Amino acid sequence: MSADKNDHSPESHEVDHLGHEAHNHGSFRSYMIGFVLSVILTAIPFALVMTGALPPQATALIVMAFAVVQIVVHMIYFLHMNSKSEGGWTMLALIFTIIVVVIALSGSLWVMYHLNANMMPATHEMSQMSS
Amino acid sequence: MSATATEIDPNVFHLEEEPHHEEGSSTMLGFWLYLMSDCLIFAMLFAVFGVLGGNYAAGPGPKELFDLELVAVNTAMLLFSSITYGFAMLAMDKNNRPQTLIWLAITGLFGLAFLGIELYEFAHLIHEGATPQRSAFLSAFFTLVGTHGLHVTFGIIWLVTLMVQVSWKGLIPANKRRLMCLSMFWHFLDVIWIGVFTFVYLLGMVR
Repeated sequence: MSADKNDHSPESHEVDHLGHEAHNHGSFRSYMIGFVLSVILTAIPFALVMTGALPPQATALIVMAFAVVQIVVHMIYFLHMNSKSEGGWTMLALIFTIIVVVIALSGSLWVMYHLNANMMPATHEMSQMSS
Repeated sequence: MSATATEIDPNVFHLEEEPHHEEGSSTMLGFWLYLMSDCLIFAMLFAVFGVLGGNYAAGPGPKELFDLELVAVNTAMLLFSSITYGFAMLAMDKNNRPQTLIWLAITGLFGLAFLGIELYEFAHLIHEGATPQRSAFLSAFFTLVGTHGLHVTFGIIWLVTLMVQVSWKGLIPANKRRLMCLSMFWHFLDVIWIGVFTFVYLLGMVR
């Protein structure tokens, strides 16, 4: 961890009394950029769904895309993610988590969708047989 | 022979002197790892909601239950609390204790407003008969949104604790470290809420 101390961020005075690399707390400007971007990225999906201006499928795709962008905005401007903090270990942990989350989410949805799709005709046939 | 062997033992492979670590130097990384594991909990709850979200059991669906205007106000509360916590961190960087405490208090009030609106929504749903027992969709909904609300509750308790700590002991390094941890926790909850309002509320309405 001692190798982290050559961090050249503006708040490197933090090294002195916290004894580890500087944590970039951001500036007023970066917080405001993050906030304004978040407001825009929240308002547009809500407006799209509330007004129903676009067909449902297009709305769903746009809403999901805005969510992904907003999560990235929060990560950068509020959580101050970068590839250098803690010697890159926070980024590595995040990438690992994203991989696990994607496998778990897509796997669950995929398996359960097919389970549903394959079970439906069986119940239909059973009800036909009994009638 | 034995005298020299005790001085330079060939079987010792670890460093004679441990590298020096300042107190709390690994706290931020450790807390980040906790947040990542918390992220996995929410991923599982999102997966459950994704699988069961369409099973209404002939009960009410999202279109009959959700009030998007209320959710929009709720989202605004959490977003405002995120930016005010950011201002508290900026005041902390300037070692301005009164300003830090004021911004923390405002953050706490926005957090309480969020919780209040969420509890009002839950009470409204239960009053209409849309209880967690009604359908798999509602079980998954209450578990996911309730877990997030529980996190916010504990965040507010933590926030009040830190306000007391800061007002008693001032912005000492240990308190700054704690405030940075809560900052990560608070912004992380906002990130989870993005997923909740997108996948539960907005996509529920267009499903």
